Amino acid sequence: MTTVPPPDSHGPTGLDAHLVVTRAAFHLDITLTAAPGEVVALLGPNGAGKTTALRALAGLTPLSAGRLRLDGEQLDGTPPESRPVGVVFQDYLLFPHLTALDNVAFGPRCQGATKAESRAVAAGWLDRMGLTAHAGDKPRRLSGGQAQRVALARALATRPRLLLLDEPLAALDARTRLDVRSQLRRHLAEFEAVAVLVTHDPLDAMVLADRLIVIEHGRIVQQGTPADIARHPRTDYIAHLVGLNLYRGRAEGHTVKLETGPAITVTEELTGDVFVAFPPSAVTLFRDRPTGVSARNLWRCEVAGLETHGDRIRADLTGELSLAADLTTVGAAELDLRPGVTVWATVKATQTHAYPA
Amino acid sequence: MTKTDESGAAAGARTGRPRRRRVRFAVPLPLLLPGAVALAFLLLPLVALLLRAPWSSLPSLLTSPDVWQALQLSLFSATAATAVSLVLGVPLAWLLARTEFPGRGLVRALVTLPLVLPPVVGGVALLLALGRNGVVGQWLDAWFGITLPFTTTAVVIAESFVAMPFLVISVEGTLRAADPRYEEAATTLGASRFTAFRRVTLPLIAPGIAAGAVLAWARALGEFGATITFAGNFPGRTQTMPLAVYLALQNDPEAAIALSLVLLAVSIAVLAGLRDRWMTAP
Repeated sequence: MTTVPPPDSHGPTGLDAHLVVTRAAFHLDITLTAAPGEVVALLGPNGAGKTTALRALAGLTPLSAGRLRLDGEQLDGTPPESRPVGVVFQDYLLFPHLTALDNVAFGPRCQGATKAESRAVAAGWLDRMGLTAHAGDKPRRLSGGQAQRVALARALATRPRLLLLDEPLAALDARTRLDVRSQLRRHLAEFEAVAVLVTHDPLDAMVLADRLIVIEHGRIVQQGTPADIARHPRTDYIAHLVGLNLYRGRAEGHTVKLETGPAITVTEELTGDVFVAFPPSAVTLFRDRPTGVSARNLWRCEVAGLETHGDRIRADLTGELSLAADLTTVGAAELDLRPGVTVWATVKATQTHAYPA
Repeated sequence: MTKTDESGAAAGARTGRPRRRRVRFAVPLPLLLPGAVALAFLLLPLVALLLRAPWSSLPSLLTSPDVWQALQLSLFSATAATAVSLVLGVPLAWLLARTEFPGRGLVRALVTLPLVLPPVVGGVALLLALGRNGVVGQWLDAWFGITLPFTTTAVVIAESFVAMPFLVISVEGTLRAADPRYEEAATTLGASRFTAFRRVTLPLIAPGIAAGAVLAWARALGEFGATITFAGNFPGRTQTMPLAVYLALQNDPEAAIALSLVLLAVSIAVLAGLRDRWMTAP
């Protein structure tokens, strides 16, 4: 995972927000800072206030109190149309009466470009998204993945300094989701300003964001890098939510060679940069090197820490491969797990999930 | 039909056999009889109109200069009233549907009042407001030398007064059903609220506006009470079709029937135009 500067180390550039929104039965109070180029994910259960936070950043919901600065500029009282903010809405909200091209050209046109100029800009964006062939299509003729890319192009065409994405992958089916996720990751990596995305899907958050902010009941309960949060969840909700080990490496066939050394065998056949993810519950631990098990996906590790979450114990392991493993309290007792002991960790290839980075 | 299907399905579900079958259940006489009378009551006058129509002399009746004049005036004034209703009514509908202001409920009630107000009362009210000695009319006369009553403009005003509420209610309903988040999406792309309305909302609600406009136009075309009260009955200037029908009925009943047929044909055309919107509704 990329290293992220501490939230308050940057000067006047980037996002510096304290969002307070009070409604009848709901109170949102979060502090949010991000540097240019950083992708921050707001993660939390439904009703936690993620979307309200996003709407407040966009200016669609007024702040009850707090502050909002973007690149040093005060935005609190600025109406949405005057904010340098682009939004990709959950169901995209592409204008149904306009073609894909005119949807993307809408923003530049509103910013004062001529019809020809804004269409040229839009065509450029559609080209970058690989959608030139669909420029003349109305939104209802686009697939979910195409609509998502048009929505992203439309938001980026206004050259925003803050890009907001509300559940960018929620409307897609599982199959499309994988493709769109890695494409979106690429576009976000190229985006030079601040991006904030809202999601309830931990995998989306981990793949797309440099930093996660977990919100529950309108408050931040934890924030940090995805790896950080996955290893050291501070509430049961997060432990359950981010129950994933995530690695980056280069794939060759069914083998993924990690940057840190070891390799992971996966079911997918891929080449190039990939992510490999598997849940802590997929990991099996042994005190002695197991004999009946093939040497693939077998790592010698050391227990760095143990944390109890409900009736399960999450073991934080270091060694050949840093990973989190879940086991029952009984299982942990049988293995006599305690910090410092050596264990052998194994995971079946079928329990892993690899996808292009 | 739907009712019988539902009860059939329900009966099937009760016996644990979800089987669709048509149940022929007896229509209760106390409902059938008045229903049939009502239908006959509604259709009989129209049938009579067709039966008594002077079909042979129809072409000459309809091409007489008086009829032409009335028809032209009617079409012009109804179209003008619809245009006025669109220009003023659509923004009012937007305000009612999309903004919060104190007393909005009351405003909506007042907007719909002309729907239920006897048109003659509307005509009297218009005279008191815009007549030569009216609340506003006296100033129009004194400052600009404009006298509205008994002019073609007065016809348009009277028809607009009666027809605009139909358009406002229709468009407001469409706006409420439309997803306001499209407007939000437009504002995040840098569109002012007016630009968002013009470039996004307006195209989205165009079918609703069209339906409201047709409705308003039909209402304006048939307007009688407010027109005759506020604009009078001067052939060529304020005598619209309905007024001509009424007058002709006293002198030349055959002409009245011919004129009525024209209006009936227009009504049927309007209904046909709106059938997708209303007649296919469940």
